[in-house]
Amino acid sequence: MAQQHITLISYGYFGKQLLEQIAEAVRQEFKFPVNFKESHLDLSEFFDPGRRQYNGNKILHKLDSLAMPDSLKTIGLFSVDLFIPILTYIFGQAVLNGQTGIASLYRLSNERYGIEPDEKLLPERFTKEVIHELGHTFGLIHCMTPTCVMRSSTYVEDIDQKNRNICHLCREKLPPVIPYKIVG
Amino acid sequence: MAKKISILVVDDEESVRDSLSNWFVEDGYQVECAENAKKALQLIESSYFDIILADIKMPGMDGLEMLRRIKSLRNDAIVIVMTAFASVNTAVMALKDGAFDYVTKPFDPDDLSHLIRNASKQILLAQENETLKNKVISLDSVEDLIGNSEAMKKVLKQVESVAQSNTSVIITGESGTGKELIARAIHANSPRKYYPLVSVHCGALTESLLESELFGHEKGAFTGAMYNRKGRFEMADSGTIFLDEIATISPKMQIELLRVLETKTFVRVGGNKETSSDFRVICATNRDLKSMVDQGTFREDLYYRLNVVNINVPPLRERLEDIPLLVDYFIKKYCNAMNKPLIIIDEAAMQRLEEYPFPGNIRELENLIERAIVIGNGKKITLKDLPFGKDMIDNSIESLDDFEKTFIRQILNKYSWNITRTAKALKVDRVTLYNKIRKYDLKPEE
Repeated sequence: MAQQHITLISYGYFGKQLLEQIAEAVRQEFKFPVNFKESHLDLSEFFDPGRRQYNGNKILHKLDSLAMPDSLKTIGLFSVDLFIPILTYIFGQAVLNGQTGIASLYRLSNERYGIEPDEKLLPERFTKEVIHELGHTFGLIHCMTPTCVMRSSTYVEDIDQKNRNICHLCREKLPPVIPYKIVG
Repeated sequence: MAKKISILVVDDEESVRDSLSNWFVEDGYQVECAENAKKALQLIESSYFDIILADIKMPGMDGLEMLRRIKSLRNDAIVIVMTAFASVNTAVMALKDGAFDYVTKPFDPDDLSHLIRNASKQILLAQENETLKNKVISLDSVEDLIGNSEAMKKVLKQVESVAQSNTSVIITGESGTGKELIARAIHANSPRKYYPLVSVHCGALTESLLESELFGHEKGAFTGAMYNRKGRFEMADSGTIFLDEIATISPKMQIELLRVLETKTFVRVGGNKETSSDFRVICATNRDLKSMVDQGTFREDLYYRLNVVNINVPPLRERLEDIPLLVDYFIKKYCNAMNKPLIIIDEAAMQRLEEYPFPGNIRELENLIERAIVIGNGKKITLKDLPFGKDMIDNSIESLDDFEKTFIRQILNKYSWNITRTAKALKVDRVTLYNKIRKYDLKPEE
């Protein structure tokens, strides 16, 4: 039986260093091996010209339908502006207790808000966002602990307030950890 | 663990329902969705939702009509309406119809979070308020008012009828009959029950202390007045003030009290600003105020101002049939308080209690039972646990005449004022008994 793993699929260009940083953090947090994949998706079908944004719900459904059976959880990484019909924007979303999630870098950069770029902050925010969405796929809901990565973030500054780790209260709710071997 | 907040999302667009549902589920709420107002109303009738998030524009019944129907089903329902930017005027109408808030589609994630958080806070506050109200009711419950006798039933009926009004009440009765409990019962059953019941024992305070206690004082009003202090009348605002031992207040205080009762305003000691307070007055005394008025020691105008309704609490000797109930109640009360298993009382001890005149009334009976539980064997209260006989000290009886009077009255009551049977029981002839009745001015109770 194939080793269970978490898959990060990049839709668009992300630096290798950024992807490795995210993978390492995910590995540490969830104790599963992490696979990378690059893929292509025609995003035009998810584009809403009226809002000039991409429909996160539809993208998530699409990714869910493409889910790989050998991957325990899959997170699609994007760099476009995501929305869901009722909200002006989202940083990411996931199927609670499901297999798939999405996260976007688009609204995480300082420049977007007219602030000086910060080379360290952006990967850190994206990492937290990916771990947050993965937490949802593992059944975790939003946590009230201020430093827990599962705390809801509605502004980008909220993401900076929390750590990239799951707090002990949320960790107790995670399914039992399956030990893994790092291969290669 | 706290109950999960439940949310009903009502919107004809599936994508909106799905988006909101996913968002709320991730936040840990319990979510259900309805695609139209009809289905939403069916769900609301069959299940309880803390928050209803509804679109204003829907085919069939619109959100406004649905809001009105929800409010007629459950007036306390928290309804948040969702509206497109163009229909803000409609949203304002919704607010006037009782919506909690409105939000314009599409909304910022932060706005949605704030909105739901505020609504949740409101729900929690309402729940907390309900819990506290129940606690207040249980604190003020009048379970200590025990009695099945006709005399007690009459008192309870009076309490019930007077509680709802705002009138002044004087509670009369011998010491230890439970006058303060009656005052508590009136307050607890009145519309003022969620406000304070402030008790003042007038007899325990000197004139100047009572004045400062009742009206409050300003800083520096007298030596030791280091701070401004609210008086009891101010504290009793919207509630009830209970003035115990009202007969003991001085003539000067009687005038001041009359003025406060008439105007419901007063000035703090050392102050010059009039303060008003909306309070109800209940007084108690073990003295005959009417005869004090006749003697000129109590102001007639104050007497009539206070004595709108008079409740006379009967002494225990006039409701002997309540003794077993009271004994049972005090045994439970003190066994629980002392963490002891429940004990019983033997027949002889109970009979002795039923024959005793209890000049100290219920307070005396309570003390007797408490003492018996403390010194007893922990299984049964027997005659030897009761301090009758040589140990018995009845503070209210100070002379042989007092004792004789009390005893004869008790036996007369026991035999329903049948002179022949009472004389026989007392082992005296009927003429002697008549003479004693005349001497002590004994009369059958009504």
